[in-house]
Amino acid sequence: MDLISDQGLRLDGRRPNELRKIRCKLGVFNQPDGSAYLEQGNTKVLAAVYGPHEIRGSRTKALHDQALINCQYSMATFSTGERKRRPRGDRKSIEMSIHLRQALQAVIKTELYARSQIDIFVEVLQADGGNYCTCVNAATLALIDAGIPITEYMVACTASLANGETPLVDISHLEETSGGPNLTVAAMPMSGQIVLLEMSQRFHLDHLDKVMKHALRGCQEIKAVLDKAVRDHVASAGAACNWEFKTD
Amino acid sequence: MLTTKTFLKKTKRGNILKIVREHYLREDIWCGSALCDKCPMSEPVLSENPESASELFSFPHYIVLDTCVVVHQIDVLEEKTLCNVIIPQTVIEEVKHQSSTIYKRLKDIIGNPGRNFYVFVNEHHMKTYIERQRGETANDRNDRAIRKTVAWYQSHLASSQSGINKSERVQILLLTNDGKNKELAAKEGLCVASVREYIQSLVGCPGLQDKLAVTEPERDGNAREYLFPPHLPPSLIHDGIKSGKLLQGTFYASRENFLEGHVNVEGQEKMILLQGHAGLNRAVDGDSVAIELLPEDQWSSPSDIVLQDEEDDPGDILDDRTEALSASRAASSERIPTGRVVGIIRRKWRQYCGILQPSPVKDTVRHIFVPAERKIPKIRIETRQSEVLASQRIIVAIDSWPRHSRYPSGHFVRALGPIGDKDTENEVLLLEHDVPHSQFSEAVNACLPKLPWIITDDDVAERQDLRHIDVCSVDPPGCTDIDDALHCRFLDNGHVEVGVHIADVSHFIRPGTALDKEAALRATTVYLVDKRIDMVPELLSSNLCSLRGNEERFAFSCVWEMTREARIVATRFHKSIIRSRAALTYEQAQLRIDDPAQKDAIATSLRELNRLAKILKRRRIENGALVLASPEIRFQVDSETHDPIEVEAKKLRETNSMVEEFMLLANISVAEKIVEEFPECAMLRRHPEPPVANFEPLVKAGHKLGFNIVTSTGKELAASLDEAVLPDNPYFNTMLRILATRCMMQAVYFTSGMLQPDEFFHYGLACPIYTHFTSPIRRYADIIVHRLLAVCIGADSTYSDLLDKRKSHALCHNLNYRNRMAQYAGRASVALHTHLFFRGKVQDEEGYVLFVRKNALQILIPKYGLEGTLYVVPKKGEVATANFVYNEEEQTQKCGDVTFRSFDPVTVQLSLDRSNLQHEKLVLKLVKPVIPGFSVPSSDEPIPMAIDEQDGGKCKDGSVVDTVSQKNKSSPSKKKRKK
Repeated sequence: MDLISDQGLRLDGRRPNELRKIRCKLGVFNQPDGSAYLEQGNTKVLAAVYGPHEIRGSRTKALHDQALINCQYSMATFSTGERKRRPRGDRKSIEMSIHLRQALQAVIKTELYARSQIDIFVEVLQADGGNYCTCVNAATLALIDAGIPITEYMVACTASLANGETPLVDISHLEETSGGPNLTVAAMPMSGQIVLLEMSQRFHLDHLDKVMKHALRGCQEIKAVLDKAVRDHVASAGAACNWEFKTD
Repeated sequence: MLTTKTFLKKTKRGNILKIVREHYLREDIWCGSALCDKCPMSEPVLSENPESASELFSFPHYIVLDTCVVVHQIDVLEEKTLCNVIIPQTVIEEVKHQSSTIYKRLKDIIGNPGRNFYVFVNEHHMKTYIERQRGETANDRNDRAIRKTVAWYQSHLASSQSGINKSERVQILLLTNDGKNKELAAKEGLCVASVREYIQSLVGCPGLQDKLAVTEPERDGNAREYLFPPHLPPSLIHDGIKSGKLLQGTFYASRENFLEGHVNVEGQEKMILLQGHAGLNRAVDGDSVAIELLPEDQWSSPSDIVLQDEEDDPGDILDDRTEALSASRAASSERIPTGRVVGIIRRKWRQYCGILQPSPVKDTVRHIFVPAERKIPKIRIETRQSEVLASQRIIVAIDSWPRHSRYPSGHFVRALGPIGDKDTENEVLLLEHDVPHSQFSEAVNACLPKLPWIITDDDVAERQDLRHIDVCSVDPPGCTDIDDALHCRFLDNGHVEVGVHIADVSHFIRPGTALDKEAALRATTVYLVDKRIDMVPELLSSNLCSLRGNEERFAFSCVWEMTREARIVATRFHKSIIRSRAALTYEQAQLRIDDPAQKDAIATSLRELNRLAKILKRRRIENGALVLASPEIRFQVDSETHDPIEVEAKKLRETNSMVEEFMLLANISVAEKIVEEFPECAMLRRHPEPPVANFEPLVKAGHKLGFNIVTSTGKELAASLDEAVLPDNPYFNTMLRILATRCMMQAVYFTSGMLQPDEFFHYGLACPIYTHFTSPIRRYADIIVHRLLAVCIGADSTYSDLLDKRKSHALCHNLNYRNRMAQYAGRASVALHTHLFFRGKVQDEEGYVLFVRKNALQILIPKYGLEGTLYVVPKKGEVATANFVYNEEEQTQKCGDVTFRSFDPVTVQLSLDRSNLQHEKLVLKLVKPVIPGFSVPSSDEPIPMAIDEQDGGKCKDGSVVDTVSQKNKSSPSKKKRKK
């Protein structure tokens, strides 16, 4: 299958360097300390943050100089085409949880909350490619909503290669399964640091550079969208208290 | 950021799954017209004032095509007449879905900037996207989408040309073949016409009408009786295959009998036989068909009859020859599974070369077309130019095969040139064998190095300088693409150093360039008798890559240290610079070896090489390598007219075998090296062991003459072939080897990651691993192997496609296909020249009976490498002059006291029958043994014998086995190639 037509459009009508439509909302729940809902195209994710709070369960897990980050990734049984058996706890979900923690730990200022714990739960409501990325982005929003100090936005984006030459950004499920190798990057877009990099197949070295560049540019674009959403959210929340809010 | 998107969902139902996909609609899809003042596009495709050649629609207009127009009338579209055409994306998608070949042709047209074809992505445009309505079929929805596009264009362009006089405004015209669509479009107030109306209204292009495909079945009238059983609808076929009631397979028509064919069902070893008009049920060679197995009591065996569709125009009746077939059914003891076609899954129709059959009625527009390929049925076409075309080779495409018609109906595509003209016949040959033979494109030529080409210091630095070594090349006379050279010198430790130097083509052809893509597509250089179709442009093939004498050239060297007993001590590979001291022919090299007075470096090294080669060859044959035979000939060609003047069998000298041995050795060494480094993606060549059943005819033939041919291993086969010698028939052994060659499988390229290592075996050469390294100028596989080897030794870097085993598997597929076609084309070219040679000649020649058939003898004439079918049973309406009796048990034909068995020598008289100018035939008359009333000289009643076009029955020999691989290019072709 050709992932990109002669007219330069992808199967869903995007151009190679275009992201899917992003829609998000902060503070969707009252119970957790912070929460967010994020859609990237048809991939829809809820994230909730609890904490910082005392260590739950065994006290021995507590770290004396920083907070313990606990992540849980789960997929709703109705999130995929075929109904899923186990929403969490399978190998893939556990791996995802670990990767999530790795990414988020890099931006949370954990040293401020020694001997405490921060729980981050993400739930994929609908999966259409780029699940990990959407989860990272949603978790970042939820952390911001919870007011937990972070050094920078943590944003993730995927990229792939169509017909062995054209890099595609933010790939959908269809492109993920029928295309070439997929690259997932979690990065801090302002400082340009890469926290996590994952490839689904072998990449020829010639292509890695340009695909990575596109994925990073995707991260930056996502960051811009998220940033605007955060500012709008704060503005609307503050409006109730007559805050003067200036956009810069 | 993203500008605008109304966001819609599109659902698509699979079995149970519900798949939800996004579908973005955009505002930045431009109309592509130079008229438009709203769309900010950089290069408009559609011109500002499209002139109209139509009488019906005299205003300027753009044309919008509907799917069925593209699918059925692609030949009309390929004509340069229609320009300024808008193709909606809906149409592109549908065409892609229906036929990949037409899709590709359409893409070629769109890619031609002179044609002004614009693809409008209506499916992603804000204003033209429509959703399928309740109860609407997908087809109706697509038709509506096309109409919507037309309407949008109409209003979009109207606003840009408000200042222009109404009659001069550019309008949009929809061409469709669908009556309902046309009606609806007219109702919506759009300009619409059927293709036929439109083409007929065009002024100044009379030939175009002939190219219109026949799509309206009503022209034939419905009153006719159906001749063929109906085909099942796709849904029933699908269910039938799923439940196992029907089988799916590829249909192969028989060359010898037009009422017979086979279906190769996937996963089944035995082919399934189909017989008779009803059994074949309009399947054409290559089609993917659904068949139903007949009950076992109706099974049959392949008939021994050679049957050609010779009738002039029988009208739409199926004759009763099928009954003759069914009579043989009961008699036969060896029945095989027989079936009948119940449906066509996918047509593999292509364009066919051929001629018009002379029509008995004058001034008719309906004609019968006879394809050159005998497996293809005759085709009905309509043309108004029959007078001109009668003496031409033409190309025709099939459109449909209705149930009431004996022949499929098609349309004229183009004429190639006069029949009998050598250029035309060559063109036919190339087209029939799908050989890409157009000129190299600008893009390809741009990749060539600039002349004068100089060796720079950088080049010297990264290569080993072997210019001081006495290298020479040995090739057939007239060879201009020299891709190998040899050297040999004595070392101080008593060993010898032998080097094979191969032209470094991969230095000039870099991966991913246009040149590389073109070479990969062509895959091989094709050698015809009087012409060479190069794989790479001549500058490379005959100059920069060619290792010419006394010129400095880049080479890829494989150097061995050997003991004097030809045992390899060490192997090295490196890129090098060489200067060949002499480009010798086989004959010259042989003379130097044989002349003891010559003591120079070249002569001594040639002598040593020759000695080593003999040891290598002996060792190889002891290992069980096969020596096979195929009749090969070469033509002496008149230098002025290029007509063949003399035919001779090819001579083999010691030097041929010397070069061959070292090439084999190099190939094997390289194969070992690359597979060690790239176990997943090395390109190798294998020759599978034939299944035992393949050897049946060989064993039977040997058995009849008292020889026991053992076929269990290659070694035993080689030994038993050596023993089978008849003192009174010296050609017997050769014929046996020819038969053995035909039992072989085809040697193929493959990617090492796709097979298990024990499947790498090369049967013919009896070696566990093999590849092609030694002829990169004329074979693409060698270029890939060069690149792999260059990476192994650190002289080059990889690129992604080289390491992708699926990509390289696909590449192998193309290489194998092209190679096979190149061989067929080469043989067809020899056949063609044999015809030319026999013009105006009558000659008596020795021949041998190869097979005995029920109504014919298959005769091989070694001198010309010809194989002919001699009908012993007269044609319909002729009186039998001699009574032949066929004995099926012993495979003999008996007439009086003369008995014909396989391998019997005969003498025949050859001449060319030119009575039918359109279809020249070689005619044979039996001379010896004398049969009164049948053999000549009773020349007034010739028994016509059609000489088989050589490509068919012989397709297996020669080519199969790589023993001849190195120098099989030396075949007839090279001799008279022009510099």
